[in-house]
Amino acid sequence: MSDAPAHSVAFVRKTEIPAKAPPVAETGVLKWIKENLFSGPFNTIMTILGLLVIYYLLSGLIPWIVNGTWEGADIRECREILQGSGGGCFAVISDRWPQLLFGFQYPDYLRWRPTLAFLLLFLAVPPALFVMFLPRWTLIATAIYPFVAYWLIWGGTILAPLMSAVALIGGYMVFKTVEKGGFVKGLAAGIVSAFLILWIGGFISTAGANVLALEPVESRAMGGFMLNMILGTVCVSLSIPLGILLALGRQSKLPIVKGFCVVFIEFIRGVPLITLLFVANVVLAYFLPPQANFDLIIRVIIMITMFSAAYIAEVIRGGLAALPKGQYEAADSLGLDYPQAMRLIILPQALKISIPGIVNVAVGLFKDTTLVSVISMFDLVGMIRGPILSSTDWVGVYWELWAAACILFFIVCYGISQYSQWLERQLRTDHR
Amino acid sequence: MNKSVLLGALAATVGTAGIAYAQGSTTLAAVQERGSLNCGVTTGVPGFAEPDGDGVWQGFDVAVCRAVAAAVLGDPTAVTFVPTTGKTRFTALASGEIDMLARNTTWTFSRDTDLKFDFVGVNYYDGQGFMVPADLGVSSATELDGATVCIQTGTTTELNLADYFRVNGMSYEPVPIETGAEAVQQYLAGACDVYTTDRSALAAQRAGFETPGDHVILPEVVSKEPLGPLVRHGDSEWGDIVRWTLNALISAEELGVTQSNVEEMAAAPGDNPEINRMLGTEGELGAMVGLSADAFKNAIAAVGNYGEVFDQNIGESTAIGLARGLNAQYYDGGLIYSPPFR
Repeated sequence: MSDAPAHSVAFVRKTEIPAKAPPVAETGVLKWIKENLFSGPFNTIMTILGLLVIYYLLSGLIPWIVNGTWEGADIRECREILQGSGGGCFAVISDRWPQLLFGFQYPDYLRWRPTLAFLLLFLAVPPALFVMFLPRWTLIATAIYPFVAYWLIWGGTILAPLMSAVALIGGYMVFKTVEKGGFVKGLAAGIVSAFLILWIGGFISTAGANVLALEPVESRAMGGFMLNMILGTVCVSLSIPLGILLALGRQSKLPIVKGFCVVFIEFIRGVPLITLLFVANVVLAYFLPPQANFDLIIRVIIMITMFSAAYIAEVIRGGLAALPKGQYEAADSLGLDYPQAMRLIILPQALKISIPGIVNVAVGLFKDTTLVSVISMFDLVGMIRGPILSSTDWVGVYWELWAAACILFFIVCYGISQYSQWLERQLRTDHR
Repeated sequence: MNKSVLLGALAATVGTAGIAYAQGSTTLAAVQERGSLNCGVTTGVPGFAEPDGDGVWQGFDVAVCRAVAAAVLGDPTAVTFVPTTGKTRFTALASGEIDMLARNTTWTFSRDTDLKFDFVGVNYYDGQGFMVPADLGVSSATELDGATVCIQTGTTTELNLADYFRVNGMSYEPVPIETGAEAVQQYLAGACDVYTTDRSALAAQRAGFETPGDHVILPEVVSKEPLGPLVRHGDSEWGDIVRWTLNALISAEELGVTQSNVEEMAAAPGDNPEINRMLGTEGELGAMVGLSADAFKNAIAAVGNYGEVFDQNIGESTAIGLARGLNAQYYDGGLIYSPPFR
């Protein structure tokens, strides 16, 4: 402690100096820009080049959107309105919007039906996707939905989907009763009785063709984004269970089951989807008798489902392989039989690991549904490439339609990917 | 589809569909039993076949389908249009999925014989041409040595192009493209110097350009492209029906029968015996092909005569704006000529 008297010191600062603002170049936006964009000659050059590219893109894109017109009945009127301003002719989208969504053959006064089916999808899907938040009984909505949606979109008597549902339930009940005598025996009995009920149900629904009948619409009339949605949802929801079965079958100790699964998976994976679609469309027509009305959409659904099931099977096999062997042994040591071990211990973990892969396949599959346009089905891409781009009214329009298609697909695919990321966070039990 | 998709699929897998099937003895019987004509068309060619904003098929080829439906079934709307691509069209016809194909299809030797089809006639005489930007300064196809050429794959144009350049000792670089609309985009974007396809399609697509005047169609016609409807080998009765329906439309123009006056002319036998025979007021021509006496009258009433069909869909008053050219009646210097109705 200094013993100098206080007055002998000229000045003593008694308060703290208020903090000065840092130099402008060391704070806020400028600092960020300096550090991240202009931190060296190379980065400076890259930044300037990047800005030029962005400017070039926007200077083309913004006038195209801002000057674009939504008016006009054909491309000639559209061009008259635009007067060479470089805007897009979005009138084609407003003019053909229903065709982009439903195809050109679906009767316009019935379009409320697929729309309703689409809206119901939002009631039916959450119980399956958000199992942890909704009571289990809401799954009934998911179970009923396929039959309701089929009835709404294709029309006809309600007896037909009803009989399919009855057959499914009947088969399941037979399976449950016989299962005690053995799994395989139960499965066989269940499948046979389901077909039996279906066969009888066929007569009933033919006889009662007018019971609660909506006006029927042919499969041929399906088109537009509706067709992509139908194929996407049906094939994804069918191919996941099929893929699980194939993955398990591939690991089976039974040589025939294993052999079948390996051959199936390897064959399907070795063949491009487009060849399978050509087979569905063209080659099958040679084998089937000309009058056999084996619906084209069904053929396509079978092919796409088989294709994606093979991929999903391999994804799930990866998940199964990632589980430590101890998990299998733990299940065995608890005395669980095979179905129990799979259902309670193995699959929940394996599927969790496989989520990113499964979603990857699902998104890819959804976009692959546009391939049906090459076998002259009018999905969204088929509608654009065929009837709209080559109509007398709109020949010459191009980018506007593809932009619309991109937006529609992006919305759905981004939604799927966001859901999968959310699901991963929900299921994270963190071994990391 | 009348029955359930699910039921149908499952039934087919257990084999009941195969048992239930019994093929109609002839195409005519099958069409009449079905109550609708399965007609193969393109997935869209401006003016020739395109669904309009309401989803109704319109066009020059479509009119042939409608005429046949009117002749066979009495109803021009009783047609199930089956859109086919260049790749699926022949299998669709050969497998029996469609009863006839009216799809800008060129009549060639191998298609007629090797693929086992019967071309029943020609409804449009086309030829392959070239379109180039005007500022390229080319005035003849013989100056195209070394050019990049946009072509549609799977068509006769691809082969004709190779032939033409070989004969003239020139080289070219092909840019194969699937559909006409894409070919046009590639051409406009400068991916190729020349776009080649049938001259009718060139004209139709040029009409959709922002500045049609900046592009010229070169004078050379490098191939013969007789386009016509076709049916399967082996059912000549059905082939006759399609052939003579087309001929009825052509004869109607020659004889001055139009959509507006056909009802009046068919009401009572007139002075011209050929018109009477064609419209069924005299003789039994309809019965000879297994149709009603007024079959050809119905066809003409449904779509009009050949000239009317041409003018409504692709003629000079439409946006496509094709001149009759080779497709004028023979007495006007064209090639359109129908054998007599006798």
